Formats: sequence, structure tokens, C-alpha cells
Amino acid sequence: MRHKDFFFWGTFACAVTVIAFITLPLVQMLAAPSLESLTETILDKDVLNSILLSLSAAALAALISFVLGTPLAYLLARREFRGKRLVEGIIDLPIIIPHPVVGIAILSVTGRNHWFGQLLTDLGIRIMGSVTGIVTVMVFVAIPFYIKAAKEGFDAISPRLENVSRSLGASMFSTFFRITFPLAWRSMLAGIIMACARAISEFGAIVIVAYHPMIAPVMIYERFESYGLKYSQPVAVWLISICLILFLLLRILTTRQKKSA
Amino acid sequence: MISIENLHIQLGEFDLHDINLHIAENDFFMLMGPSGAGKTILLEAIAGLVPVKSGQIKVAGQDITHLPPEKRGISIVYQDYALFPHLTVANNIRYGLRFQKIEKTAGEQRLSELLNLLNLQHLANRSPETLSGGEQQRVAMARALIVNPRVLLLDEPLSALDPRLREEFRLVLKRLQQQSTATILMVTHDFAEALALGHQGAIINAGKIEQSGSMEELFQRPQSTLVADFVGMKNLFAVTFLGEKARIKDLQIQLGHSHADGEGFIAIRSEDIVLSAEQLQSSMRNSFQGMIKQIISQGFYYEVHIAVSEVSFCALVTKGALLEMELREGKEIYLFFKSTAIHTF
Repeated sequence: MRHKDFFFWGTFACAVTVIAFITLPLVQMLAAPSLESLTETILDKDVLNSILLSLSAAALAALISFVLGTPLAYLLARREFRGKRLVEGIIDLPIIIPHPVVGIAILSVTGRNHWFGQLLTDLGIRIMGSVTGIVTVMVFVAIPFYIKAAKEGFDAISPRLENVSRSLGASMFSTFFRITFPLAWRSMLAGIIMACARAISEFGAIVIVAYHPMIAPVMIYERFESYGLKYSQPVAVWLISICLILFLLLRILTTRQKKSA
Repeated sequence: MISIENLHIQLGEFDLHDINLHIAENDFFMLMGPSGAGKTILLEAIAGLVPVKSGQIKVAGQDITHLPPEKRGISIVYQDYALFPHLTVANNIRYGLRFQKIEKTAGEQRLSELLNLLNLQHLANRSPETLSGGEQQRVAMARALIVNPRVLLLDEPLSALDPRLREEFRLVLKRLQQQSTATILMVTHDFAEALALGHQGAIINAGKIEQSGSMEELFQRPQSTLVADFVGMKNLFAVTFLGEKARIKDLQIQLGHSHADGEGFIAIRSEDIVLSAEQLQSSMRNSFQGMIKQIISQGFYYEVHIAVSEVSFCALVTKGALLEMELREGKEIYLFFKSTAIHTF
């Protein structure tokens, strides 16, 4: 094709615009802080703690999503039942609802005025201003991403493989662990990464439920509010760099296993 | 061996009802029917993979209707083979061993026997996705057989193979059947295939069994128009019966025996219709003069469509006969058939 036509150049121009739109601000932000300020920032104990809290809370949220979400994802992939659409709609809700609303909603059932909140208080569980609260919000916003990814993975496996397994004498449990899981784990892992990324990025809901202990996005916001752009940038750079490296490592790890398998 | 009584299965758009089948031990039973008739669903119900609404399935006298699939001793081989993509050929075949009370050495012994029998030794360490259709098929068979199933269910095992492999696999199936103690129930939509392999069979359509019995019986004495059409009876006519005669539009057909008066159908196999350029003196009770409308090549045979006034017959002739009789479209010709070649329903 020597004479690329208008259509080609039109699509090409849009593609370039979109890519530039996404990368330019990120690159600018990454390049902005000096090395000195970066070092200084990471040596700040509050910053380090907030990033570690973000990471560990998000990891825990992803793990909870994995444990609770896997059976539901499997059910949605394998069974047809009345109200399935409704269930799928409910699972999508956390994606659609504005984030501060999520925070307010969670507080309204966990507050002292609600019987559930009262029950939690009696059990010694505190949501407001606690790590438990942070993880709760993170699970709320992240679990849809895990369920969707895992369901897609299960959907891609022919139920006939499970049928054959069972007809050969394997129970449903053995079938899941010997056939379904080995074939779906890649999608499940992708779901865990997605859920984790979503959990780390949550700000709007968490800031309402737990301003303290401070997760990284809240700290970035606070520094921006109190000291301006220049002071918030280094924290942001550290947060996204660490996340990128972690996700990249996971990806490399899993593709390598694919080759050896 | 397998006895199915008043089985009713309702699953999505499928509604199988009043299914009654009796299959003898070590039989090779053919379940036939057009696509979408519910054949695969019935197999899955026998294997316990789809829920049954009512009715009973018994194997060797034991009621298995509510037994989970893993406790039934029934293996299934799907049309698309359903090999486990993450396991090697040998591990695919071995899969069922760990769940059975088979000792490890005995299991390995059985594995190598099956690899030999199905000519798979050289593929043992390959991944299923690198295999051809025929090879995948043999792996699926070996995997199903290693657990010594009481019943082996085959879902259209030949349809995905090319004709040469199909012939080869037919032989493999025959051999397996002779060596194994399993009762085999095979689904097919191809009557010729069923006739070549099976002893007994049933034809299923729109969720119910149309007819069951020996293959011979299904072929020779179809009891409904659907069965007649399915077994390849090209000459199928709506008739009015009157005594020993049947009337198709303005043609009188001699039945050679009396039939209850009224509306009905007759069918004649196209190979039972004899053609001749002249009027023959023969014992055949039915003879008509007509004109050749169309000649269609069927490989070694030709289908000759003849119009006798308003009725169209179809006869099969060899290429030799076609040339010898100088058959061509538009030619006037006589056709004959015995009254015993007429099937009434």
C-alpha cells in the first residue's frame, strides 16, 4: 500500500493523539521531581509507611477477592439460573457508583446507628479510620474486576473437559483442582492483578472511611492541598513506579512459567 | 444391561420425553437422528452430566438415575474429543487411573496396552494440540477405556474425521468392541455408518424415540416416514389405502396384501426399483411407464428421477447400466418394483 488513504491517516492520527494523551502527563510527572527530592521523599517514614500500607492493604483486598470471588465467578460461568442478570448487575455496581458514595454507603451500614455496625463494634471491629476499613473499601471496589476476569477464564474452558473428568471417576473437587484451575489460573491471576491495581488506585471512598492511617493516594492529596504540586509529585512517582515494577515482575514470572509448562 | 425407562429430560430448548431403551450387554448400540434431535443430551443424561426430570436409568440392574457421574462407571467420548490441553497424551490417558482402584503397575500396563492397540506409542509425550484429528480421537478413546468402563458412550466419533480416517477408525472401533467388555452406545447422524458398525439401534427425533430394534429391522421395516427418510428411502409417498391397493394421486400400487383402509404412507428403497427400456414379463406386480426427469451422479451410482404422470420415483443404477440402457433426461422408460419392496405405514 503505497498510497495510504484518508481513512488510514485519520485512524493513525487518532491513535497518536490517544497515546500521547495518556503518556504525556505521566512522563512529565515522572520526570519532574529531581533525584534529590525523590531520595528525600522515600526516606521520609510517613511516605514509606503510606506506600507500604497501600500495597499490603491492596494485596489483602485482592486475596479476599480471590477467595470469595472465585466460587461466584465459577457459578456465573457454569450455571444458568433465574436472576443471573440481576446478580451480574449487582457485581457491576461498585464500578458504576461514584467513589465517595461507596465510602458513605459503607459507613452507613458500619456506623453505630446501624445494627450491623453495632454488631461489628460488639465484636471489636472498627471500620472508620482503620486498616480494616481501608481493606473493606478496597474489596468493595476491586472484587468486580476479579470476578469478571475469573469468569472469563472459566467461560473459556469447555464444560466438556469437566464432564469427561467426572465420568472418569473424579469428584467435582478433584475436577476443579486438576482440570479447571490449571486451565484458568492465568485468567485468575490477571484478575488478581487487576483487582490489586484497582484497590491501590482507590481514593474517593477511602478518604471518607479512613483518612488515617494514610494510604499513598490520600497522602499525595494531602501534600498537594497543603504544599502544592511540587511536594506531591515525588510520592506519586514512588507509588506508581513500585506498582509498575511489581506488576511487571508478576507478568514476567507467569509468562516464564508458561514457557516451561 | 442398560435399561432406560420413561426418561424425561428438560434442558433449555431440549425436551426429551418418554425415552425407553433396552440395550443388551456388550452390544454396539446406535443412537441415530438428525442434528438437534437431542442425541448428545441423552448421552449426557446416561453419564449423569445433565439432570433428569423423571424416569429411570439402570445399568446391570442397578438404578443409577441419581448417582453422580464419577460413581457410574460410564465413559464418554465427545465429538470434539475434549482432551485436557494442559496434559500430555500419556497423562491424558492416565487421568482416570488415580480415581479407580487400579494398582499403579497394572495401570501402567493398561496404558501401554492401549497405546499399542490405538497406535499411539510415538505420541505419548506430545501435547494434545499438536495432534491431528484422528490422533486426538484415538487418545480420547484410550482415555475413556483405561478405566474399564461398563458403558462407553461415543458422541459422533466419526463425523469430524476425513473419509479415509473414518474407514480406519471404523476398524479400530470394531476391534475395540471385540476386545472390550464395555457396552457401547454410539451416536451418529449417518445411517450408513450405523449400519456398518451397529447391531441394534434407535432413531430419535424431536425429543422422542421414533423406532428401535435391530439395524436390519430399521432399514427394512421403517415404521414412520421420518425413519424411512432417515434410513435413505427416497421414494416416500402419501397414499390412500383401499384393500390390497394404495393410491398415489392417479397411480394404483399393488401391495400384495391388504392394509387397513385410509390415509397413510408407503416407501420404496430406490435400489428396489428396476428400470428397463421395454415392458418386461416379470413377477413384479407394479410396473409403470414414465419419463426420466433428472439423472444425478452419486459417485459409483446414479440417481434416476422418473416422472410417472404426476408422481416422481427415484431409482439407483450403476454407471454401466446407465450407459447400456442409454438413459438420458427426457427418455421414456419402464419401472418395476415388487410388492414386497413396499413399506407401509
